[in-house]
Amino acid sequence: MAGPIEQFNVKTLMPLDFAGIDASFTNASAFMVAAVALASGFMYFAMRHRALVPGRLQSMAEVTYEFVASTVRDNIGEEGMKFFPLVFSLFMFVLLCNLLGMVPGGYTVTSQLVVTAALALLVIGIVIVYGVMQHGAGFLKLFVPDVPPILLPLMIPIEVISFLARPLTLSVRLFANMLAGHIALKIFAGFVASLLAAGAWGIISPLPLLLTTALTALEVLVAVLQAYVFAVLTSVYLNDAVHGAHH
Amino acid sequence: MASPGSGPTADVLSGTSTVVLTAAEGKAGSNFPPFDASTFAPQLVWLAITFGLLYLVMSRVALPRVASVLAERRERIQRDLAEAERLKAETDAALAAYEKALSDARGKAQGLAKGMRDKVASETDRERRRVDEANAVRLAETEARIADTKSKALANVDQLATDTASAIVERLIGHQVSSDDVRHAVSGPRPLTPA
Repeated sequence: MAGPIEQFNVKTLMPLDFAGIDASFTNASAFMVAAVALASGFMYFAMRHRALVPGRLQSMAEVTYEFVASTVRDNIGEEGMKFFPLVFSLFMFVLLCNLLGMVPGGYTVTSQLVVTAALALLVIGIVIVYGVMQHGAGFLKLFVPDVPPILLPLMIPIEVISFLARPLTLSVRLFANMLAGHIALKIFAGFVASLLAAGAWGIISPLPLLLTTALTALEVLVAVLQAYVFAVLTSVYLNDAVHGAHH
Repeated sequence: MASPGSGPTADVLSGTSTVVLTAAEGKAGSNFPPFDASTFAPQLVWLAITFGLLYLVMSRVALPRVASVLAERRERIQRDLAEAERLKAETDAALAAYEKALSDARGKAQGLAKGMRDKVASETDRERRRVDEANAVRLAETEARIADTKSKALANVDQLATDTASAIVERLIGHQVSSDDVRHAVSGPRPLTPA
């Protein structure tokens, strides 16, 4: 029986080297490709008829579109729609990586801190670059809250720290949720096997099995919720870049 | 951070899995896969490739397609609503025109009926008057004829009475009396003369 951590091992399926960089095709790569293929295939097949009255699949694609679009609109406004493809891609990527991780035997791409951190840094990087492009040095006003001047020496460091914490929290939230959920699932599922192997104790093995079932449902919820949280926070942070300091 | 991750799990699991875990630890650089730096580069490379591809597909193909379908539908609904609005206005206008035509026709019919009624009434009056006059003339004629006939008849009655009386007297007394006497006796009361 495999340990609860073993499911996170990155296994090289095909060693590749690209200009001195290790670009091996791993199980993580395979699931990234699968997530992208599923997301693209879903959007393509759902919309292939471009029906005026949508069928089930097209409705799903349109609902997903409207859902993410309204998230972007609510948080940034109409001028934020230029970031809509980014937020939508992030949402779909995280969602499908999370959900593919729930497939038995699947690999959870988002349980790797390096992946979530890369996505978070992408978001924060865009926020900083676009914010400075739009507002120049005025973007720094983001760190000057609207408080009595005497409080500023206290507030500015707090604002700076909270800004710097954003990529950290954005990446760790997703990573930790996925990691902890899958460890918990594996442990309770492991209990079932251990108890069955332990003779008379096997009689209580349905208990952890029930818990595993409940946890699986919870994890599916978490998978969707974390994708949504990632998309919402991305929109909230992008709002700072678009609208600057007036909040 | 890596040791607390593997510590409790090793406790709760059976011996075999601990053996597997330690074997994995010995092989990799870190004993906790998410912090194994040797896997970072391939993950980042493939993340860049796949996410970049997803972004391209979404922003260039998939999302514009959804947007165009949604816009087309919104436009269609707007157009249909406007069309419905227009048709409703048209219906209202037609209804109003119909109502007006109906009331016009009703008024016209009433006028026509009244005219006809008046005409018929006056014609009837005239006819009645004519008939009345004709009747009056015929009545007068008839009355005159009756009066004439009556006087004639009365004259005949005198003659008849005279003839009858003379006949009766002749039978009674056995000889003729002068017709003048008889006439006098019949036509008026006069003092009896001795015969």
